[in-house]
Amino acid sequence: MVPVIAWPVWIIFLPLVSGILAFLFHRRGAQLGIITALGLVPALSGLTWQLLGNGPQHYTVGGWGAPLGIDLFADGLSVIMLAMTALVGIGTTFYATGYYSPNGEGKGKHHHQDLALFWPLWLLLWAALNGLFLSADVFNIYVALELLGVSAVALVALAGGPSAVDAAMRYLLVGLLGSLSYLLGVALLYFAYGTLSLGLLAQSMTSSPASFAAITLMTAGLAMKTALFPLHFWLPPAHANAPAPVSTVLSALVVKASFYLLLRLWFQVFINVVTPSVAHLLGILGVAAIFWGSVQALLAQRLKLLVAYSTVAQVGYLFLVFPLAQGKGTGFGAWSGVIYFILSHACAKGATFFAAGTVLYGFGHDRIEDLVGVAQRMPVTMFAFAIAAISIIGLPPSGGFIAKWLLLNSALAGGQWWWAIVILLGGLLTAAYKFRFFSRAFRYVEEVPTCHPIPWTMELTALTLGLVAMGLGIIGTLPFEIFQIGAPVIGPVLIGGMP
Amino acid sequence: MSVSILYSLVGSVLFSLGFYSLIAYAHLLRKILAINIMGSGVFLILVSLAYRWPETSPDPVPHAMVLTGLVVAVSATALALALACRVQETTSSAQLPEDESD
Repeated sequence: MVPVIAWPVWIIFLPLVSGILAFLFHRRGAQLGIITALGLVPALSGLTWQLLGNGPQHYTVGGWGAPLGIDLFADGLSVIMLAMTALVGIGTTFYATGYYSPNGEGKGKHHHQDLALFWPLWLLLWAALNGLFLSADVFNIYVALELLGVSAVALVALAGGPSAVDAAMRYLLVGLLGSLSYLLGVALLYFAYGTLSLGLLAQSMTSSPASFAAITLMTAGLAMKTALFPLHFWLPPAHANAPAPVSTVLSALVVKASFYLLLRLWFQVFINVVTPSVAHLLGILGVAAIFWGSVQALLAQRLKLLVAYSTVAQVGYLFLVFPLAQGKGTGFGAWSGVIYFILSHACAKGATFFAAGTVLYGFGHDRIEDLVGVAQRMPVTMFAFAIAAISIIGLPPSGGFIAKWLLLNSALAGGQWWWAIVILLGGLLTAAYKFRFFSRAFRYVEEVPTCHPIPWTMELTALTLGLVAMGLGIIGTLPFEIFQIGAPVIGPVLIGGMP
Repeated sequence: MSVSILYSLVGSVLFSLGFYSLIAYAHLLRKILAINIMGSGVFLILVSLAYRWPETSPDPVPHAMVLTGLVVAVSATALALALACRVQETTSSAQLPEDESD
């Protein structure tokens, strides 16, 4: 028998150890980051191979076993989330080598401090994300959530200025409130069922007051961390004021991590207990988020703030999955749609924030009114911004199109046509705020604003992620084959015979 | 059993009091204290869970959770205090500006 390699352990420990090393040897931060990024590729491929061959994987770290030891668990959803993290993470690592290059120009006095602290914090954040996606019990998830929150807050504060520190403080308080609410939910679940394991909880959940209190507390806490309207107030300042690589990580990955937990809890653990009315409430809040976020993005004066409000709106789409999955036989369609949405939004938003960060780096400001003709100075970056926008708007043949198509299909097939109207109107609004920037950026002007030289890694990573977001619409069924392994809902992806 | 319920109730009260202060007061130090009181409430509930069946020995799992939770709470509080100092330095006020968000 071939010995089984514990890839999940590697996937968590590699960034964790490099993060600690980067803290000790900060001159070597960039090299450690690149080694981690490249080292995660074979580990993740190995895990995917095991998953495709043998189905969902369980590992008992150190052989201790639950409840005192730590169990790791990987199914299709975990692997998709890990792959998304690796993709955006590798992009961020290479972008940051340019952004924080020792001889980089156009940076303020905080540059050296940033340089020393960015790498350890980013690698710790990466370890927390990987740990979160591989955890098999609700308490480990709490610890991973806190690690994630603390490293994310410190990264926001790196930018220095008063607005960044304020944003970081707000972010920290909201994050702690969210995770304490989640922890109280964990305590209630342990009180009622005597276990912390996701699998055992799923088997023993019953409708009881303790269950409902736990569901409410955990959902509220996680919705706050995911920035669901009206709990989104902390997101735009935090995402807009962070340094460029950090904004990308926050918008593309960190927000998705708490949503991943909601998805896992609602579809796997709470599935027999939750009532349709609560699912519809989450959907309605999602609709409010789509409209509110889009309107604020239309009004935003700064490019990074526009992109941050766009995240508020796109997070709204994610929450439509809860009511859509309530339709008859539409469970798997909605589930696939939202996972595809998460994937394509991560890549497209990553590319967008990279591009917006490059604009700020090159021109020293990101006031939309004054960014006329920037496409003449940085054509590659603006092309990346544009193809990412195609995916976020949801035009074919992008990944965003496939995701919205799947969501629309489950709305119509499930007889809930009103959600379909929201999805289409939201796409129109997205196009409106994206074109507000394009109409200036792509205008031809005689006198082009001056621009600092931009490291090629920054332009190329934005372009790569944009192309991946586009490519997700073309590669076909590989993601579906992966995330249907161990999926809690089964059924057809697309449902024919629409009304 | 009744002792355990009493402690759980006290824990819930602490959690609610902390939540109220977090929302009601603008001073950052009060907000950080409020978060800590909320945390203590949760930990009290967890500890009382371990003593649900007094005739048997206490359940070690909630204790392990509280210990881990304490470590997390201490580090998060340290970060919050450091940030609060930075806010005070940069804005010369120990409160967050109200409007900014939306």
